[in-house]
Amino acid sequence: MTNPRVDAPDWRSDVFRVLKRHDVRHVAYVPDAGHAAAIDMAVADPDVTSVALTTEEEGIGYLAGAWLGGERGALLMQSSGVGNCINMLALPAAGRFPLLMVVTLRGDWAEFNPWQNPMGQATEKALNLMGVLTWRADRAEDVEALLHGAASMAFNGDCACAVLLGQRLIGEKQWVKPNE
Amino acid sequence: MNDLAHALDRRQAVARLLTGRSPDLLVVTGLGSPTYDVMAAGDDDRNFYLWGAMGGAGMVGLGLARAQSRKSVLVVTGDAELTMGLGALATIAVQKPQNLTLAVLDNGRFGETGMQASHTGLGVELDKVAAAVGFAWTDAISDMAGVDRLRERATARSGAGLAVVKIKPENPPRVLPPRDGVHLKNRFRAALGFAPG
Repeated sequence: MTNPRVDAPDWRSDVFRVLKRHDVRHVAYVPDAGHAAAIDMAVADPDVTSVALTTEEEGIGYLAGAWLGGERGALLMQSSGVGNCINMLALPAAGRFPLLMVVTLRGDWAEFNPWQNPMGQATEKALNLMGVLTWRADRAEDVEALLHGAASMAFNGDCACAVLLGQRLIGEKQWVKPNE
Repeated sequence: MNDLAHALDRRQAVARLLTGRSPDLLVVTGLGSPTYDVMAAGDDDRNFYLWGAMGGAGMVGLGLARAQSRKSVLVVTGDAELTMGLGALATIAVQKPQNLTLAVLDNGRFGETGMQASHTGLGVELDKVAAAVGFAWTDAISDMAGVDRLRERATARSGAGLAVVKIKPENPPRVLPPRDGVHLKNRFRAALGFAPG
């Protein structure tokens, strides 16, 4: 979990801290390496219900149900999962349910697997087409503020909101190790 | 599984299922005929009717059951709606909610679209799928005694349950609930004491 840039914020744990600050009680996810810290923190938190999904659109329904029951949640996924969610995004649109998504991008920067590129390149546009507001973080110092803003607009304004975590940001962890 | 000669009338079965409903029972309906069946049994602020989101009814029920752990949640949906989100059965099973029951109205057909054969009509047994992924209990019901049993279990808080209710492949006259999702959401939340968004 050590960030290679000592002066940079630890955006990986920022994600979960911001969710907690916004009283998120449910974290639904299909795992991605970029979300590993937030998922671990959610699983370890007795006040948070962690829900592993078989496919990402399950999380849209889950969080709508949690909101009907008076509680807030967030949905963590990789960009490929956004494609799985498209029709289910009618639910938050038709009911104006708050929806907070955190999406790690693939097929975005220095991608080694070209099968990731089509959905990765279409992710933000696809979300926008379905009425989801988007913000993109490419620098560690932007993650906290952008996620805070998205959570505010989701839970205070009943909006569907997604923060996209760029592959260059995630790459700092995957490919640069401090002891190398 | 294709023997529907002795299957139930869907409206009668759903009405019986919701007879004498506990104030602590929250209901989510899958799109199409189950939504109309539950409406026909009597509208209620504690019903959340889905008009879309096919495959999502069980997960809406799970989220609600997790957030409202002191209430009982009953999802009334169709066999094809459930099959579209079959993986959700595994997600529900591993969450082990005490207070969630799925009632699957199974006519072996895609009833809204011309009665084409569905997967259950071709042999898939959803109660066995649910048992295989770890539901606490399952049932396959083809008579009113079974519906009475299901009504009791739906508020018994005895773990995640799924009951297949065999119904005749018929389309009774539609009884339409409100379609405004914001209205449905706000009145449901108000019934639980929450303010609109």
